[in-house]
Amino acid sequence: MAKTSETKHREPLFHVVKRDDMPEWKAWLIRAITILVGFLFVGILSMAVTEKSLGDTYNIMFTGVFGRLLEGSTTMLWKYLQEIVILLCLALALTPAFKMKFWNCGAEGQALMGGLASIFCMIQFGEKLPYPVLIIVIAVTSILAGAVWGVIPAIFKALFNTNETLFTLMMNYIATQMIAYYVYIEGGGSNVINPVPYGNFPVVGNNDYFVNIVIVSVITVFMFIYLKYSKQGYEISVVGESQNTARYIGINVKKVIIRTMLISGALCGVTGMLLVAGKDHTINTNLVGGQGFTAILMSWLGQFNPFIMVLMTAIVVFLRLGVAKVADTSLLNSSFSEIIVGIVILMLVACEFFIHYSVKFRHNKKEVKA
Amino acid sequence: MKKLAKVLALCLAISMIALCFGACGGTKDQDENKPADLKVGFIFLHDEQSTYDKNFMDAAKAACEEMGVEYAQKTQIPESKDCYDAAVELIEVDGCDIIFADSFGHESFLIDAAKKYPEVQFCHATGTQAHTAGVANFHNAFASIYEGRYLAGVAAGLKLNEMIDAGEITADKAKMGYVGAFTFAEVMSGYTSFYLGAKSVCPTVTMDVKFTGSWYDEQKEKEAAQALITGGCVLISQHADSMGAPTACETAGVPNVSYNGSTLAACPNTFIVSSRIDWTPYFKYMIECVQNGKAIDADWTGTIETGSVVLTDVNEKAAAKGTKEKLEEVKGKLLDGSINVFDTANFTVKGEKLTTYMADVDTDAKFEKDTEAIENGVFYESKHRSAPYFDVEIDGITLLDRNYGE
Repeated sequence: MAKTSETKHREPLFHVVKRDDMPEWKAWLIRAITILVGFLFVGILSMAVTEKSLGDTYNIMFTGVFGRLLEGSTTMLWKYLQEIVILLCLALALTPAFKMKFWNCGAEGQALMGGLASIFCMIQFGEKLPYPVLIIVIAVTSILAGAVWGVIPAIFKALFNTNETLFTLMMNYIATQMIAYYVYIEGGGSNVINPVPYGNFPVVGNNDYFVNIVIVSVITVFMFIYLKYSKQGYEISVVGESQNTARYIGINVKKVIIRTMLISGALCGVTGMLLVAGKDHTINTNLVGGQGFTAILMSWLGQFNPFIMVLMTAIVVFLRLGVAKVADTSLLNSSFSEIIVGIVILMLVACEFFIHYSVKFRHNKKEVKA
Repeated sequence: MKKLAKVLALCLAISMIALCFGACGGTKDQDENKPADLKVGFIFLHDEQSTYDKNFMDAAKAACEEMGVEYAQKTQIPESKDCYDAAVELIEVDGCDIIFADSFGHESFLIDAAKKYPEVQFCHATGTQAHTAGVANFHNAFASIYEGRYLAGVAAGLKLNEMIDAGEITADKAKMGYVGAFTFAEVMSGYTSFYLGAKSVCPTVTMDVKFTGSWYDEQKEKEAAQALITGGCVLISQHADSMGAPTACETAGVPNVSYNGSTLAACPNTFIVSSRIDWTPYFKYMIECVQNGKAIDADWTGTIETGSVVLTDVNEKAAAKGTKEKLEEVKGKLLDGSINVFDTANFTVKGEKLTTYMADVDTDAKFEKDTEAIENGVFYESKHRSAPYFDVEIDGITLLDRNYGE
């Protein structure tokens, strides 16, 4: 792709060329503008549908996300942070796999399995084990459950070169059905498991989500260091760039694939635990709510850099909560917010495309190197 | 490069304008948003696509407009911690003083929220825990919808009689079909009262029941209705919330007794009548209580008398002649107590009359049967608690399958 053909014959109307020459500041400027335009678009579209002024729309979005923050109530701010850390944790979990070019589309299922392990321990051992032991048991089993769910496709990939995208995707459905079955067993007559009072993460200073936020913050820093400075992180990059190169310099590719997916799955399992023990205290098939798929985009938009991912998830969650509030306030159907957020994410993806590639038109070579 | 700069400038200019708008609008909004006297927050399981939720949404709008109070709503709130979060949001962001949630599974999460916000009143439809939970600001409500279903059943029975008289079917072929969501008391109480209503005018009637395992699954409900029709059912009713069963009936030309509201618009040829709970009286009641500083009943049961149990207009095109008059007559008898829906004289269980039945009224993990429901030969539904607890399988009704949840 990168090589422009010198021949004048049969040149297409336009073609796409990869570019590496864009300075960092310019790329960030484009991203910032895209986000601004995205917000403007959200405002204008909401305005058109709800017949509220643009100012009102942004105002509703702000209060929808931050609540009465200006009056001193931080409840909604904490909830916002909680939503961010869940999406972020999933994105972080996917990142090492993606960097290795292993397309893990199974964050949803891996997180569900982590959640299933958590709720199982909470129900089975809740009354029997002392609290610290129970928490450890929950953590270990959740991490293991997620890791196992992640490593199964990895083993098949490493040994038989199966398609990991399909494999991980299918594992999601199995996980969902296992949850459904578990809810059926535990829920008794109704299809709801009532919140379990055992093994809940502690409430720190009237704040339900403090522990979750701390855990994910630590994971974020860990992941940054792991990917950038550790030997394993380097191995992941090499395998991602070229498996042959990796083999040539003596990296055991199979081992790296399996190890990385263990980490990826384990972190998804942690997310499931954060959702069950740290938030819901119960489980249903909608526990992760499709965030495992949104996280794929977050990982990409964050360019596999954990700190940029923090920013991207913060923006996307803000949009999701804010637009949902706009929809609620105007008594609109809640699908409205999903449509809007989908479009803005698409805009962000498109902007990445134009940062990394330029489109060259025929007979228009002047514009190429703008 | 120049071009890029121009685009940048344009974008920045637009966004500046937008920000100005934002700033202006913001101050204006705060002026308008003076703290209202009272605000009600509603939490709905689905949205207006579901007949169940639409019924609540319409009532919420009507009650709040009539009482002159503001309201806010959250739709598509699953039966999970999301319900708790929605309640918190309605209180923290919208400043609601009353929170109402419309689905059974919302209950535990609403109780958690009620404990956290003791100054806010929490009301919940179809729940069972308020009378034992001991949370002063948490309340349950339901209505004696079995009476409405009984009336709808009478309309169904009259239609069957008309079919028999016209020679379309013989008396022994008078079989109805019923599409239910789950094999829970709420549904069982509903289809049994419907059946007893039909039986009161058409003694030979029988009924098949199929369960979809979901409150809202248009495809499954449609398929269940079609299966029942194929199985020889000549009239269909349902207790599930999509348009699946009514549209299947319209397509097959089979009369349908609907629920949650009229489906006349979509089914002009087959819709007979529909029973539904009108939640407006309850909403008005809870608003009045809070306005006057009175306590809301822990467990409120709406009736025909309170205007909570209502029937839609009868569709003359599909219903048997004289249906309207007969329904008025039976309604009067239900009101004066000369008819009791679950009178044990009117049904048998395995060929025998029911003389005693312990119902599971107080919620507990083991679903223990704790309360004698039969007094003076009548199974008193919704007496010991508003949510239904009649879960007896009576003769004449065949359960083709069962579904206790996912």
